[in-house]
Amino acid sequence: MIEADIVALLVTLKLALVSTMVLLILGTPLAWWLARSQWRFKFILETLVALPLVLPPTVLGFYLLVALSPTGPVGTLTNAIGLGSLAFSFSGLVVGSVIYSMPFVVQPLQDAFRSIGTRPLEVAATLRASPLDRFYSVVLPLAKPGFITAAALGFAHTLGEFGVVLMIGGNIPGETQVVSIAIYDHVEMLEYTRAHWLAGGLLMLSFVILALVYRHRGFRVSS
Amino acid sequence: MKTILLLFALFITPRVLGDELNVAIASNFSSVSPHMGELYFETTGHRAVFSYGSTGKLYAQIVNGAPFHVFLSADVARPELLEQNQIAINDSRFTYAIGQMVLWSPTIEFDSPEILSSEINHLAIANEKLAPYGKAAMQFLSRAGLWDSLQAKIVRGENVSQALLFVDSGAASIGLVSRSQVQFKGGNVYAVSSEMHTPIAQQAVLLIDTTAARAFLALLRSDAGRQVIQKYGYLVP
Amino acid sequence: MTISARFVSQRGTFHLDVYFELPEQGISAVFGPSGCGKTSLLRAIAGLDRSTGHLRIGEETWQDESHFMPTHERALGYVFQEPSLFNHLTVDKNLTYGQSRIPAGSRKVSFDDVVELLGIGSLLGRSPATLSGGEQQRVAIARALMTSPRLLLMDEPLASLDYERKLEILPYIDALHRDLEMPVLYVSHDRDEVARLADHLLLMQAGHIVAAGAIADMLTRVDLPLVQGGEAEAIIEARVSGHDDEFQLTFLDSPAGSFTVTGRGVDVGADVRLRILAKDVSLTLVHQSDTSILNIFPAIIDDLVPEGAAQMTVRLLVGEAPILARITRKSADNLGLSPGMEIFAQMKSVALLA
Repeated sequence: MIEADIVALLVTLKLALVSTMVLLILGTPLAWWLARSQWRFKFILETLVALPLVLPPTVLGFYLLVALSPTGPVGTLTNAIGLGSLAFSFSGLVVGSVIYSMPFVVQPLQDAFRSIGTRPLEVAATLRASPLDRFYSVVLPLAKPGFITAAALGFAHTLGEFGVVLMIGGNIPGETQVVSIAIYDHVEMLEYTRAHWLAGGLLMLSFVILALVYRHRGFRVSS
Repeated sequence: MKTILLLFALFITPRVLGDELNVAIASNFSSVSPHMGELYFETTGHRAVFSYGSTGKLYAQIVNGAPFHVFLSADVARPELLEQNQIAINDSRFTYAIGQMVLWSPTIEFDSPEILSSEINHLAIANEKLAPYGKAAMQFLSRAGLWDSLQAKIVRGENVSQALLFVDSGAASIGLVSRSQVQFKGGNVYAVSSEMHTPIAQQAVLLIDTTAARAFLALLRSDAGRQVIQKYGYLVP
Repeated sequence: MTISARFVSQRGTFHLDVYFELPEQGISAVFGPSGCGKTSLLRAIAGLDRSTGHLRIGEETWQDESHFMPTHERALGYVFQEPSLFNHLTVDKNLTYGQSRIPAGSRKVSFDDVVELLGIGSLLGRSPATLSGGEQQRVAIARALMTSPRLLLMDEPLASLDYERKLEILPYIDALHRDLEMPVLYVSHDRDEVARLADHLLLMQAGHIVAAGAIADMLTRVDLPLVQGGEAEAIIEARVSGHDDEFQLTFLDSPAGSFTVTGRGVDVGADVRLRILAKDVSLTLVHQSDTSILNIFPAIIDDLVPEGAAQMTVRLLVGEAPILARITRKSADNLGLSPGMEIFAQMKSVALLA
């Protein structure tokens, strides 16, 4: 049944891609604010963002399971607006992955933004660039290496996610059965050959993707 | 510095009172084991240390040299394999309990498995490839003609404990779990007839031959032991 | 047309409280010791730092009690102390950055003119990181001009350059001043730069404007700290009227009279500045004819102020122009100098600033 393994691989890739995109969209304004804000309670938010770094994934998964279930706080909300329960669904996994991989995306972005400093933005303002214009024409190009790092780390981190998915996935083929779970199950059932193929495949795929990303990470001047 | 060394010494000194016994236990038996452990200590003066997990995982650990004295499996197959591969002590294998599977929901009211054909969000079972209760669930659902139609709603826990967690947390509204797990909980219970699946005979084997280990296995077969087992929702052979 | 501003702000322990009016033309230098608030003033005018007050450029109000125009809407150019070019763009992309953001109809300054003015034609395709400090700063100035600003702000643009680079760029800034009609606000703590470039001077100290006025006037005001120290000087605007080829001399006409300076580099009709240090001016009661000094003028003593324990600074009016002379107190006593007296000023060294 190699087909099941390929399906697991596709689910995993889809999860990593979607989660990374969501994280870049949500993480960019957050990282920007964190890089620029002088609010003295900023550290609270920074701690919250960093929390998934130290929490065991199963702890995160457990709390998510409780929260997402129809009786939990998030579940009641999603039910109320007609989305049903997110537990045991791909969307639920995306929510879990976004929380789990957030520091891997937000922190490189925050560092990249901070290292740009205020001068380039002031210069751009004196050259008639509005705030949004400054962001697109100055911040984004200068922060490009940071974006690439953030995307690569977020993607790779989600590829390997296990504990969270174990808790809230329900191991549904084609929906929530990701490669890490499939490998684990193969090992449990002593199907070591299949486990090898799957694990090896994922490893090679991750390597190729990251290598391509890091190759183009450098800072090029555009003319 | 002296304090640190002293504390360190205390931690690594093995306990002298009685022998310690390492027992690998399939997670569904977790409700019984503390009481069995107390009984064991009262009768023999030995302490039993329990490690829980899915049958499959524990088996894999034992095969790779995990230092358990005794293995309480949730099935027959694994102890059989251990015996065949000469990892278990010969002639030590026996059935210590017979599991009862129930359909359980803390929220939905029902009388029969018919409920599964109606609106439920998810049915939680243990993974049928990894856990005996999962296999029994599959057999039951297949014989009831519900296996195919329920595929979209079935969520699999790595073991029957995780299946219970799914239902307990409300994420799944109903599940097929072991009676012992829900014995003292509220909610609605439907006992699945033992004709609907291969009996979940749970067997134990001796892995390391010590007096303390043999004593534990003997306790499981004794009247006192069997009483405890039955009290927590199992049948005894 | 004037630039009128008032700013009050507090940043940490620094308090800025200024009010000034300047003509909307020429170079106005903002001069003062380090930390006196020159940069803060410039940033307030640019809108980079917010402060209460008002700012009017001609008929446009950039700030008042009810309204604050953000920096990117102000028609200004800003040259920072460090070149601050965009590292991710080549030189020509840096230059067109601002220009592409103003409507085509407002683009009065042409790309080619600016490139020629600042001499950066050979640098266009290069990346900023490969340019020298002086080259980068010229590009930065050109870039600021490309938005066709109404007002050019320059914050010590030469401070981060070494002496050679400074000399290299000064003529370009001078040319700016002559060829383009926009007013320039030029912050500096360097007297040489100010003497060379400024038409007006704003003197600042500890967050306040101590005095403001035309450069020639400000430099010779005895009530200001500018007349103290060895660099006390006077500036006179002059025009080249002729040459002496045999002796390699240049003649100039000025409000003070006719000057003779050595050298022959500047053409007839050119407008230049003459710079006369106070210590190069000596006084005689009677016109000396048997002397090596070429520039001797009748003058009237306007004021005298002590300089240290032993010296005196004398403010003189030569024709219509104010000149300073530095002499010993003893000599002032001996000659019996007093305001209103007629006297002769001998200028040993007159520098022509081209």
